[in-house]
Amino acid sequence: MTTAPAKAGWRFRQPSVIPGFGLTLGFSLAYLTLIILIPLSGLIWRSAALGWADFWAIATDRRTINALEISFGTAFIAAAVNVVFGTIVAWVLVRYSFPGRRIVDAMVDLPFALPTAVAGIALTTLYAPNGWLGSLLAPLGIKVAYTPLGIVIALIFIGLPFVVRTVQPIMEEIDKEVEEVAATLGANRFQTIARVLLPGLAPAIVTGFALAFARGVGEYGSVIFIAGNLPYKSEIAPLLIVIRLEEYNYAAATAIAAIMLALSFVMLLVINLVQTWSRKRYG
Amino acid sequence: MEVRVANVRKEFERFPALHDVSLDIKSGELIALLGPSGSGKTTLLRLIAGLERPTKGKIFFGEEDASQKSIQERNVGFVFQHYALFRHMTVADNIGFGLKVRHGASRPSAQEIRRRASELLDLVQLSGLEKRYPAQLSGGQRQRVALARAMAIEPAVLLLDEPFGALDAQVRRELRRWLRDIHDATGHTTVFVTHDQEEALELADRVVVMSQGSIEQVGTADEIYDTPNSPFVYGFIGESSALPVKVEDGQVWIADRPIGLSAPQAPRGEATLFFRPHDVDLVDECNGCIAGTVAASRRVAGTRRVELEIGGERQRVEIELPVDHPAAQKTRVAFRPRRWKLFPAA
Repeated sequence: MTTAPAKAGWRFRQPSVIPGFGLTLGFSLAYLTLIILIPLSGLIWRSAALGWADFWAIATDRRTINALEISFGTAFIAAAVNVVFGTIVAWVLVRYSFPGRRIVDAMVDLPFALPTAVAGIALTTLYAPNGWLGSLLAPLGIKVAYTPLGIVIALIFIGLPFVVRTVQPIMEEIDKEVEEVAATLGANRFQTIARVLLPGLAPAIVTGFALAFARGVGEYGSVIFIAGNLPYKSEIAPLLIVIRLEEYNYAAATAIAAIMLALSFVMLLVINLVQTWSRKRYG
Repeated sequence: MEVRVANVRKEFERFPALHDVSLDIKSGELIALLGPSGSGKTTLLRLIAGLERPTKGKIFFGEEDASQKSIQERNVGFVFQHYALFRHMTVADNIGFGLKVRHGASRPSAQEIRRRASELLDLVQLSGLEKRYPAQLSGGQRQRVALARAMAIEPAVLLLDEPFGALDAQVRRELRRWLRDIHDATGHTTVFVTHDQEEALELADRVVVMSQGSIEQVGTADEIYDTPNSPFVYGFIGESSALPVKVEDGQVWIADRPIGLSAPQAPRGEATLFFRPHDVDLVDECNGCIAGTVAASRRVAGTRRVELEIGGERQRVEIELPVDHPAAQKTRVAFRPRRWKLFPAA
């Protein structure tokens, strides 16, 4: 049998004999262009009209930088907390059966469904200095509402289902035999979890982290109620964009938006590459 | 190490999976648990491993009561049908896992673990594959890695649950011979579960035939095949034909005729006659024999199998005929079993 010499560069992977490759690819591209690419390029185009010097001035403005730091920082912390917390919740839901498990399972999705403003107001009421939890924390010198800590709590609430729902199905697929084999080889429970189970879940956990993080960066509704919105202290980037819009300063608004877009894109791309790498290794 | 299973009973949510099973396994023996699905063979294996706890009874490793020990302390090597390899670890890391999770002084150095892993890979004939991931191996290779991983901890006993069940026929036969060689070379006490009698009879020193949660018979391949001690074993191992008969005056009767077999020891009354289809003598004149008309005939390799309808009840039995025997449809064939066994009707 003769084989064609491999061509240099990459090629389309040979699609299967089932027809529809051209149609589905064309549809996907058209759809993505219409829904995502055109609005986003409009954004870039508007901010480009600003000119490099003005753009740079807005980008390096202290208030912009602080807002971006707060947005990305709180989203990162919240996503990190959710990774721990959400994995444990998923574990409990997958591994144990207890009365009310279905209800807890359904409750996880609530942050998806609830209007985010409702969540924000509820959390603010709870954590305000005279609220239920706030009044308990105030004597300890911990202020939650109207600080970045409040933002983190709102984002944890919003991001939880992303981690639980990405990790849960993979956890359900874990073969019981793999754990049993680890036990017969002498591994205790902790070693089994740390060395056998968690590494297998890592790709799903990274995905959950990425989703929760992306959602946190863009979150607006719940955060503005609990953040207090003090410029330089607890003002998030999406709010700064809205403020600029209300000042009819469209150029500044789009400039901040473009920076957020670029940062988010780079971070998600990196996360994606990490995932591709880990999938290749573990098949 | 010797393993002794003493009067073990196992219930799953009040449903008994094993009734009062006792079994002595000698040190260095290769033993097969053979039975149809649901016979409790896998449950027995998991009880020995400590993956299940017996409802009643004890399991001894040597003199020690292993039922009091946790899985981790028992030091058994377990191999699953579907390998259960750690996907995110290389072959070498998989094999070294059991040594790496040890604590303190009993844990060998990283270098020593690596050396052990490649030594075991040589033993299972996969040298040079240390850096591969399980996803990059074939089914047969994965099962070899799983076995190497189990042997890395120098187990007291090696337990294999349908080790070749997921592999195709040729790889299976190859691995069977290979497992026998490995066992002869390393001398681990080994118990494996299978539903494939050919595998059990060919590979094992002794075969334990199980049915419905009990042990039916324990013996060498010859003992199991030549002197089955129950109707189940006779029917399950090899091919057999069964006929309802009656015992009277030390003779075996079908309907109202003696068939020329004398059974002075057998109790009077209803019984079932078992014989192997190839273990029969054809007779011309039916003067004390079994006779029937041919109902179906098929060619099996070098012989011909015919189904005979016997007597008014039209009871069907199978016997083997030479290929050139002129047995056509409705022909009458008379025969007498050369070797046979009677079991009183239940």
